[in-house]
Amino acid sequence: MSRRISRRRVALGSVALTGILAAGCGGPGDNSSSEPSDTATDAAASGAPTCGDDPVTMNAYFETGFPMPKALTDEFTAQYPNVTWEIREDQFAVITQNAPRVLADDPPDLMRLPQVSELVKDGLLKNLDGYAEAFGWDQWPASQLEQLRLGDGGRPRGEGSLYAMGLNFSMTGVFYNKTLAAQVGMTEPPTSLAEFDDVLASAQQAGVTPIVQFNGGATGGFAFPLQNLMAAYGEPGPINDWIFQQDGATIDTPSNLEAVQHLDEWIKAGYFDPDANAMDYATMMSKFIAGDGLFMFNGDWESGNLDQQLPGEVGFFLFPSAQDGGALATMSAPLTFGIGTDSPNADCAAFFLDWVATNPEARAVAVEVGGSHPMGLPDAPMPEIQEGTVTAETLAAGAQIGEDNGAMDFIANATGAIYAESWTPQLQRLFAGEQSPEALLQTVQSDYESQVGS
Amino acid sequence: MARPTLDPAAHAAGSLPARTNGGTGRRSRRRRRQTAGWLFAAPALVAYALFVLWPMGLTVQYSLYSWNGIGASTWVGLDNYVQVFTDPELFDTILHAFELILYFCVVPVGLGLAIANTIRRIATTRLALVARTVIFIPQVIPLVAAGITWSWLLASDGLVNQVLSAVGLGGVTRAWLGDFGTALPAVGVIGAWVLLGLCTLLLLAGMSKIDAALYEAARIDGAGPVREFFSITVPSLRQEIGVCVTVTVISALAAFDIVYISTQGGPGNSTMVPGLEIYRQAFFSREVGVASALAVVLMVLVLACVLPVQRLTREAS
Repeated sequence: MSRRISRRRVALGSVALTGILAAGCGGPGDNSSSEPSDTATDAAASGAPTCGDDPVTMNAYFETGFPMPKALTDEFTAQYPNVTWEIREDQFAVITQNAPRVLADDPPDLMRLPQVSELVKDGLLKNLDGYAEAFGWDQWPASQLEQLRLGDGGRPRGEGSLYAMGLNFSMTGVFYNKTLAAQVGMTEPPTSLAEFDDVLASAQQAGVTPIVQFNGGATGGFAFPLQNLMAAYGEPGPINDWIFQQDGATIDTPSNLEAVQHLDEWIKAGYFDPDANAMDYATMMSKFIAGDGLFMFNGDWESGNLDQQLPGEVGFFLFPSAQDGGALATMSAPLTFGIGTDSPNADCAAFFLDWVATNPEARAVAVEVGGSHPMGLPDAPMPEIQEGTVTAETLAAGAQIGEDNGAMDFIANATGAIYAESWTPQLQRLFAGEQSPEALLQTVQSDYESQVGS
Repeated sequence: MARPTLDPAAHAAGSLPARTNGGTGRRSRRRRRQTAGWLFAAPALVAYALFVLWPMGLTVQYSLYSWNGIGASTWVGLDNYVQVFTDPELFDTILHAFELILYFCVVPVGLGLAIANTIRRIATTRLALVARTVIFIPQVIPLVAAGITWSWLLASDGLVNQVLSAVGLGGVTRAWLGDFGTALPAVGVIGAWVLLGLCTLLLLAGMSKIDAALYEAARIDGAGPVREFFSITVPSLRQEIGVCVTVTVISALAAFDIVYISTQGGPGNSTMVPGLEIYRQAFFSREVGVASALAVVLMVLVLACVLPVQRLTREAS
């Protein structure tokens, strides 16, 4: 009996031991990742690449709930029947988690991308400089592609080589419910922060929830009004420097502090839906569509949706400056797509990206389905948009931001983890009255430094 | 006729082992039987080694490195473990897990005992059947659906607050899952609701095998229902209680799904538990080393909590 037990123990033990020993040889991830390949040589030398005439199956990885990329691929196949698409879709949060592994193991030809710094650092994204030269993307307004340029090793962002492209560029601001606006006496969008505050106060007096904004779960939506307030009090430049991980950049500045304090005043005045800390994005959308709030800070990717759900009922304006008539700035970012370093059909993917920005039908899809401004040259063809729709208003606002040079990336994109690990819990604490504006900025800054440093 | 002659000894050993060569024959048969046993066990053992031991070994290995999951890794020794115990953000998750034991274990087992005892007394009525079904339903409903339902119930305009307002407690209404003070207890309530059915059913099954004569004897000795409960029911259910406590303690310490669905660790990390933090560290922050270290710590904690419970309940039987 004892012999049998001891033998079983030996067997089990040895199985366990082999596992651990085999695992113990060498550190994980030792196989050095492939060098970021350069497209400059072959692409530029032989003219702009195409998808050719042979049948090609493109392997794509898109975000669930946003129909535009799929609509674009359908239109592309209609024009180039030799190209078919195999599309996989996931929630953005899932894409964020999977991106490095997917790009390393089974690189898609075209992929919706989360924050790109770490992907570039790990050499997982194709350097698009060669394509940019071949297709003439470098002639576009520099601000369109600025956020997609990275230095060697992934930082800083905002300059260096191009590693991703946009399908369009979206922009955030304030959506408002026109019926409720009339009810609280708002005849036209406020043009200064003081006016905006007045509307909030009169909405509250009229028994209307002034702002419906999500701040629950792992994505603190108060980052939207906060960054708008930051731009109202300060310049977009230093905020971009911080997001782009420029050396010595800090979020803890006097004007940003004023912004957090202003947000805190709104919270203390009870201007936000009291459920904010338990509300996710989808709940916010359904509340706003149900008419449960006057304002919602959100992006133009919802324009098409709102035009469909509440035709003629919703307006949009850019958040006003603290100074009367001051320059406007807001978050504006390309809807980022990239090509895997080892993607087998990189040339075709690049040709598709160029087609999206230049083909009139594709540009129409970007506007009508996506609700946002297409990429490309300023004088490229634009589809007709019906007057009085939110889409028309958001497109006009996009032009205004271009004039004021007020595009900022989103403060949540500074590092891969800054949103979930810092902004969200800190903003939730602020809403609950458990964090001071000063400490909020200090904490986010120290988290940022440890994340950038690592 | 060059037929090879058979060795008579070998022949005898083969056909008549018991009589001619008992010792070696029995041993060889036992060995054969043992080999067959190992062969039968082999697929399971291989699967176990491949899917349990191997990943466990890897986790321990990863916990000693600083690694983002893709690029090169650097050996950091026990630094990740130091971080787990010194970084309040990580260590708080462990404290939260222990707080959840109160809701996931103490409440369902305590309440389950009381409910099972009540149902036992009315066992033959139709009401007992209804009660059993109602209490077990949470186990059947997918947790995701339950989580979403509860987040509606606990919203500031949800049913819970409506009921509170209706009975004149409008002053305490709030967004239960969005409030720093109440989010963790609210998550705990969801967990208690889910686990209560399991505990009740297990305990009820245990009660059904208690000899009715024991109760009769107790009653003759003049014991009331309370005395009966503590002197007969609870001691007889030692093993079932052990199982309930084990299962619920593990679900509290390793909680993930309920928290993920209802709060995702918010507001402000007030409901962050180790399971969710491991996932966030590994897949959002891409700190595979820290995530692995926390996972190892969690595993040790679960074992440290569960083994004594197992021992206690086994010794008695």
